[in-house]
Amino acid sequence: MSQVALAFADGAIVAKRNLIKIKRVPDILIWTTMSPIMFVLLFGYVFGSSIHLPGVNYREFLIGGIFAQTVVFGAGFTGSGLAEDMTKGIIDRFRSLPMARSAVLIGRTGSDVLYNSISIAVMSITGLLVGWRIRTGVIQAIGGFLLLLLFSYAVSWIMAYVGLKVASVQVFQNASFMVIFPATFVANTFVRSDFLPGPLRTFADWNPVSAVAQAAREAFGNTGSLPEPQVWSLRNPVLYTLMWVAIILMVFVPLSVRQYKNAALKD
Amino acid sequence: MDYMIRTEGLVKRYGKVVALDGLDLAVEQGTVLGLLGPNGAGKTTAVRILCTLLDADEGTAEVAGLDVRTQPDKVRERIGLSGQNAAVDEYLTGYENLEMVGRLYHLGRSKSRLRARELLDQFDLSEAADRPAKTYSGGMRRRLDLAAALVAKPDVMFLDEPTTGLDPRSRIQMWETIQGLVAAGSTALLTTQYMEEADRLAEDILVVDHGRMIAHGTSDQLKLQIGGERVEAVLADASDLPPARTILAGLSIDEVRVDEQTRKLTAAVTDGANVLKQVLQRFADANVAIVDIGLRRPTLDDVFLKLTGHVAEEAPESDEPKTETENVREKEAVR
Repeated sequence: MSQVALAFADGAIVAKRNLIKIKRVPDILIWTTMSPIMFVLLFGYVFGSSIHLPGVNYREFLIGGIFAQTVVFGAGFTGSGLAEDMTKGIIDRFRSLPMARSAVLIGRTGSDVLYNSISIAVMSITGLLVGWRIRTGVIQAIGGFLLLLLFSYAVSWIMAYVGLKVASVQVFQNASFMVIFPATFVANTFVRSDFLPGPLRTFADWNPVSAVAQAAREAFGNTGSLPEPQVWSLRNPVLYTLMWVAIILMVFVPLSVRQYKNAALKD
Repeated sequence: MDYMIRTEGLVKRYGKVVALDGLDLAVEQGTVLGLLGPNGAGKTTAVRILCTLLDADEGTAEVAGLDVRTQPDKVRERIGLSGQNAAVDEYLTGYENLEMVGRLYHLGRSKSRLRARELLDQFDLSEAADRPAKTYSGGMRRRLDLAAALVAKPDVMFLDEPTTGLDPRSRIQMWETIQGLVAAGSTALLTTQYMEEADRLAEDILVVDHGRMIAHGTSDQLKLQIGGERVEAVLADASDLPPARTILAGLSIDEVRVDEQTRKLTAAVTDGANVLKQVLQRFADANVAIVDIGLRRPTLDDVFLKLTGHVAEEAPESDEPKTETENVREKEAVR
């Protein structure tokens, strides 16, 4: 078997192990899928009742943003999972086995795709209940969901790197919030980015989370009669998101694998 | 000679703490080497380097003729590790754990399943096979961990303190299991804090302290060196200590140790049973009243006292870190 095939075969075995844990401790899944429900209800009714965007139903506009925010939050699951693994004896077992060095990471990011799919499904149902609708076709909608998952997968690798680096669930959660909150709030997730002042607007315009939210809105047909965005990143949100996915993977896959190897040799 | 494990001048430092200070060891095929020493002596560090989990700062280490630094992947195919941290996944069942390990050794699906069942049988875990390892007792978890090390029938086994933290019954059970493996001609490096354990399981023993070897030999050779058994007597009256000491000194092969506070005397003897009889006789003749008297095997403390002049003391926290799992497991073992 080639090295790459081996890494994926071993990764699949590790992914199976992670999924068994979700099955045995369903609380983890229940509580983490609760947060998107909370976001939809909270933002939908708090902001939704006070913010009005001319040309669109705000609650419908909001769901795309919450989708983008949720997949970024969901990627955090990868980091805390790895940080937890690093403190357990099982990681010594993995390190002493003739398995691919990247398998623990491939398995973790892989199993988290399924986890994120579940959380997107829960969120979609909640959205439908509060009035969100898919106004495009099946193919476009599926494309939208796939893009969300792909972006989440890429962010998972960033979180994997951070999780391995801090190797403590507690520290990881605090550290990741420092990044996740600005990344998901200084964006067009909850408001239109062109309403933001100067530098915040530039950041929001080029923030990949904005592109993901924009792409989701377009895929589900939730843009109403809003004016076309002016910046390139938001006029080509799918392309811009894919560019970010490629860059993140190119940087963080090797970085995370190296971090895993080094953490293994130093401790 | 065919060495399956060999290190030369192994050095590992953690900041200012020297965990290994030029350790040389060699294990022939089909033999078990016991690495005996207190916590922090560098035993686990040596095992981690040999299992490719840790890089040494200096020196060479070979397993099955392969350099652990340059050919770690090849080394991993030949070894099985069972550590004091019971490296099993607590959410997976015993069967799932072993099947996963088999798959990761690339045994293939059906062979992994077969091997998992076989080992569960062999280690008396069949009944618990489909329960998550979380529900296992400390002893069961260790047995599962040992089974995981044997999945691929490795050429070399590393058993890092296999019975530390176990209750006496589980310890004896574990010893019996390991003895079976030893009898079958396995090659293993076993680390332990217990003289008795090294005695039972290893034909060759290396005593380590502060990352250095301080004695080496078979169990009998070491015992000869440190003097076989110990007669231990606790007196009723402290004023009897000097005459009792004189009596013991006449029968002991080494200096008599006196602990004034507990009124306890310890003397190294050979032919223990006979000597004990004489001690009792002479104590009675001299009217020395005793609270307790007995014969015991030398402990690690005796070994250290003899070889280094100090009792085995724990080095600063650097070598054997406790993991969360272990703490949990210890709590469960207490329960």
